Amino acid sequence: MSNSEDTIVVDARRLLCPMPVIRVQNAVKKLMPGARVEAICTDPGALSDIPVWARINGHKIIATVSRDDEHIITLEVGEESPL
Amino acid sequence: MTKQYKAAALISGGLDSMLAARAMQEQGIYVEGLNFFTGFCVEGHTHAIRKKDQAKPKRNNALWVAEQLGMKLHFVDVVEEYKEVLFNPKHGYGANLNPCLDCKIFMVEKALEWIKEHDFDFIITGEVIGQRPKSQRKETMPVIARESGAEGLLLRPLCGKNLPATTPETEGWIDRAGLFDFSGRTRKPQMALAKQYGFEEYAQPAGGCCFLTDAPYAVKLADLWKSRGEKAYELDDIMLLKVGRHLRPKPEFKIIISREEGEGKFLQGYKKQYISLKTTSHAGPLALLDGRVTPEDLAFAARIVARYSQGRNADQVELEIREKDGTTQTISVAPMAVHEIRKEWLL
Repeated sequence: MSNSEDTIVVDARRLLCPMPVIRVQNAVKKLMPGARVEAICTDPGALSDIPVWARINGHKIIATVSRDDEHIITLEVGEESPL
Repeated sequence: MTKQYKAAALISGGLDSMLAARAMQEQGIYVEGLNFFTGFCVEGHTHAIRKKDQAKPKRNNALWVAEQLGMKLHFVDVVEEYKEVLFNPKHGYGANLNPCLDCKIFMVEKALEWIKEHDFDFIITGEVIGQRPKSQRKETMPVIARESGAEGLLLRPLCGKNLPATTPETEGWIDRAGLFDFSGRTRKPQMALAKQYGFEEYAQPAGGCCFLTDAPYAVKLADLWKSRGEKAYELDDIMLLKVGRHLRPKPEFKIIISREEGEGKFLQGYKKQYISLKTTSHAGPLALLDGRVTPEDLAFAARIVARYSQGRNADQVELEIREKDGTTQTISVAPMAVHEIRKEWLL
């Protein structure tokens, strides 16, 4: 599912960490540098885990938005494919 | 030009694997971390679900360790493959349903596949001889190396001096003198090494990184298998075992009752997969029914759920029963008296 040509939406609602991170990791594997992943999560742990995973694997967090019980984290795939 | 040797470290998030990875970095080895997700990993799931715990900071320790060490970390989803390890452990279970030795063999085997696929040279773990009664014993160390197929490519930096030399040592990729001779259950050498490396913070060693070592959890998992007549589960099943109060009043069905708001919210996500009950006349928990129920069973279950609501002392409590397809009915029942709830129902 994607909301634009370069953004993949990962629905990780109801999933507990590290599953949201695993879903993001699997999405990133298929993408080119510069592409974006938008992860929709309900586990607040994702607010910490996805940014850490992105940092250590060379990706960039573009935005984090929390609304009600949902957290939307957008990252941009880094230059070096980590996987 | 000297070759840059590369190692994959099994990173649990605890101190031992952190030290083992760092010890190899000290020797100039390029290290990346692997963390295997079985579904049973203790990563603050209960903490994440319960509302009262959500204000407390929470982190994934494996990710935290990787960031401290400046290395990449790869999660490997082994939920499906792990079932075979859990159902038929060649070396048996530990005190509960923990197949620790088979689990370690499996993870090293997966790590071996990973290093071959990613052109890495060897595998490291934070194992220490004598640290764990089931999987970390002098006799089991060679079993893991042999049965995983890793053989000499498996290096345990923290106790390597107590073990035969591995390929990285004999080939000169690393210096055996830079390994350690830790053994036993004492944590003092690890703590001293952590201090030497400048680690002021690390996850407290607890020996419980897996729900399968937890006795109450193992009871619920065994009950799940017994009720289904076979060892089988899906990821949702094993997640639900971490949440709520579980009662099996009849062999045919089980009731999962939320204990607080966060759990109720979490269970709501399963309303399309299970019949759910919610008190409407009084504040109360959300409950799911797992199994086959008759109309009489529904009324019986409703009385139990009413017992855990604010209406426990009322003559009648109304509940909404929601079928998986969304159709609902309202039922009025007398809450079950406390002495009617039999101890053996509680899992």
